[in-house]
Amino acid sequence: MKTSLSVAAAVAVLLSVGACGGDGGDETPDKQASNEKAFDKDPYPSTYNAYPAGAVLLQGATVYDGLGGIAENQDVLLKDGAIEAIGEDLEAGEDVEVIDATGKYVTPGIIDNHSHLGVYPSPSVSAHQDGNEISAPVTAEVWAEHGLWPQDPGFNRARAGGVTSMQILPGSANLFGGRGVIIKNVPARSVQGMKFPDAPYTLKMACGENPKRVYGYGNGRYPGGAPFSRMGNMAGYRGAWIDAQEYKAKWDKWEEEGGDQPARDLELDTLKGVLEGDILVHMHCYRADEMMQIIDMSKEFDYKISSFHHAVESYKIADTLAEEDICSSMWADWWGFKMEAYDGIRENIPFVHNAGACAIVHSDSDIGIQRLNQEAAKALADGKRVGLEISKAEAWTWLSANPAKSLGIFDQTGSLEPGKDADVVLWSTDPFSVYAQAEKVFVDGALMYDRDDPDYQPVSDFELGQPGEGDVK
Amino acid sequence: MIRTVISAGLVSLSLPLMASAQSVAVTNAKLWTGDELVEGATVVIQDGKVAAAGEDADVPQGLEVVDADGAWVTPGIFAPYTQIGIVEVGAEDTTNDAAAPMSSYGAALDMADAFNPMETTIPVTRIEGVTRFAVVPGFGSTLFGGQGFVADSSGDGDSITKPAAFTFINLGEGGAALSGGSRPAAWATLRAALVDARTYPARYIASDKGDALGRLDAQAFSAAAKGQQLILIAVDRASDIRHIIDLKADNPALNIALVSATEGWMVADELAEAEIPVIIDPYDNLPGSFETLGATQENAQRLIDAGVVTAISYFDDSTHQARLILQGAGNAVANGVDHEDALRAITSAPAEIFGTPELGSLEPGDVGDLVIWDGDPLEVMSAPTRIYIDGVEQSLESRQTELRDRYLDLDESEKPMAFKH
Repeated sequence: MKTSLSVAAAVAVLLSVGACGGDGGDETPDKQASNEKAFDKDPYPSTYNAYPAGAVLLQGATVYDGLGGIAENQDVLLKDGAIEAIGEDLEAGEDVEVIDATGKYVTPGIIDNHSHLGVYPSPSVSAHQDGNEISAPVTAEVWAEHGLWPQDPGFNRARAGGVTSMQILPGSANLFGGRGVIIKNVPARSVQGMKFPDAPYTLKMACGENPKRVYGYGNGRYPGGAPFSRMGNMAGYRGAWIDAQEYKAKWDKWEEEGGDQPARDLELDTLKGVLEGDILVHMHCYRADEMMQIIDMSKEFDYKISSFHHAVESYKIADTLAEEDICSSMWADWWGFKMEAYDGIRENIPFVHNAGACAIVHSDSDIGIQRLNQEAAKALADGKRVGLEISKAEAWTWLSANPAKSLGIFDQTGSLEPGKDADVVLWSTDPFSVYAQAEKVFVDGALMYDRDDPDYQPVSDFELGQPGEGDVK
Repeated sequence: MIRTVISAGLVSLSLPLMASAQSVAVTNAKLWTGDELVEGATVVIQDGKVAAAGEDADVPQGLEVVDADGAWVTPGIFAPYTQIGIVEVGAEDTTNDAAAPMSSYGAALDMADAFNPMETTIPVTRIEGVTRFAVVPGFGSTLFGGQGFVADSSGDGDSITKPAAFTFINLGEGGAALSGGSRPAAWATLRAALVDARTYPARYIASDKGDALGRLDAQAFSAAAKGQQLILIAVDRASDIRHIIDLKADNPALNIALVSATEGWMVADELAEAEIPVIIDPYDNLPGSFETLGATQENAQRLIDAGVVTAISYFDDSTHQARLILQGAGNAVANGVDHEDALRAITSAPAEIFGTPELGSLEPGDVGDLVIWDGDPLEVMSAPTRIYIDGVEQSLESRQTELRDRYLDLDESEKPMAFKH
């Protein structure tokens, strides 16, 4: 319903978080070995394996490769879960299913690096609010995967929109919201069955209005206390980073000198992982001046910001974001729902791209995630109207390669290159058109959605036996 | 002064640099009239109103002529569910007049009292082609949201087109919560309110209180309760919609339209039979609550196929993003709605629902709201190139375009950004 819808949307918006970027760590083998001895860093490991699939040849398509290239009349061969080859007139070979893609488009699967599916699932009832641990402003110890409900029907809707991987983040009520989890968008009985194999962990942080509103001005609904202001936000992060530095020093000393193993602290385990470059920071931050403060803080404590999320004012500092190699994960046109979103413009994404910075289209929405290609199209068109010559093929980097880089999974997915995961979408027409539909969606080469075949339209447990079961979604 | 009829002789004060002429002819148009598509059409607007439209329309001597060169031309888009002009920044209570949870009034809350034609949302929405919009109350302390109105997006001081155009009521889960905690409580309240309002003022001679409504709320609801004003009802679940159909069967004079109607397709034939139109969001395809389990992106198509008058809206942020109804209409086409029906759903259909048939349409005698587009209006990469309201060409600038132009070049080696304006 309308009002409840808009209230829910506003809450979702107010509580959402993001992050981007970062290279892996450079620990010595010795240190890694002792760490692994100390405790298991992957106690909830992925159990996902690519579903069995025969080889598929998508024939005669126009291809956006996700790297900025476009080629017509291309064949794309998917085999053994990977992209085997791309080119003209590929041999089908035996036991290869040939799909006529003439007049159609093939792209890498869309990667949404900002989703709350599963932690704020449908139906949005009170029992399902599992995305914000509003017990204290620093909750780096909580993990989104521990609140994620795999039966959220939103995963199936997102896949029908061409989304093959995503990052599920905690909300933005807290300065440190907790760990995010990167998943392959496949139906599964457990979160572990969706987890992207070998993907890094991420940490959600939040700037601005949300933490200070929830705590300082929570009107008794929440624990209260600091932060009451953006000053308090900064003090809250810095205090936690100081604790993390001390914690890391203790472990470093133990690894070098031995002795009694330091007591573990779940919160500081995560922050230490950031300082060591293993965990990628994704930070919800709207205002340009605030992002500049956060960049300085990352230097003060020597860590890398992978991506700012929402980043409604990235266009004001796109030059700095390019220099610092920090991504911006953005909407095409959301604005005005709160003060820090007041300066939103429709050209934010192309302005960031044009400055040479890493631009990403994100959703933060169970509706928006279903048509991220249209969000890219709107932003592209608005950029063109003010003279920015960006091609559609380049714009596709906002949807797959750049989000993959921000999540540390670009070696596996995010572009159509031989050897990469066969996360691929066949579109009915140019996906920069509002009329385009994802016809077939492959995850690791397995057909996980087919618009024309009800047998390939998964139904979550929640929707079984309900009025909407099996309907067109 | 509130303009109840689109007035000839209007002088635009907010756009001093724009010609205030209210006459123009647009030729070589691919014209959606609000009812049909006409290629190679001419539209003639004189004194703010459509004088002629069609293949054979004559252009009077001396009229300014704009050659559309085959481009799409449509009536101004009509957004049927918005909070434009009553909310500036959603989360800032001081700038958000949509709802008053602490007020003791309900039906008497008149959104026109809050309307500010100078809000930034108005040009932001206008430059995407939206020239008319209905402003719908939020929900405060009762299931009655209050009185809504229809306005134009010129930003002029007198831009309310139709004040007190409807009373807004919530009969879904939200309305139940505001009525004491259940659907039966909401229905008991509504039935009592209808009696209170129909017997206004007689029953209030001796007391300020009715069964459900105080004197002022009863007064505000009386026209709607007697069938003389539209009742806009927010509702989703098929069983709740059936209840409303029954209400209308028992009270045939009532003029009812539905908002949201996520499960409307399940009762589409009954809605068509009862002549109850709907305003829906074609994106709604998730079971966001237990009243939307039947959500499907084919809701629009199934309603339209059944003959239900269907308007398209965007509900997620109906203030700042009301402009997205064009994208929503495009998505409806992608999910089975005929292209012309989708155009109808954002032009003449909402105008019909709000009892303003002179809007959303470019037939002779209609209001001269017109948009020229650089492509298919429903395509996400298209945009307006010219916009007219009451025949007056409108600015294509907004606060957002000014921010854009300031930051297009980040060089401030000579002067800070603030000197660019």
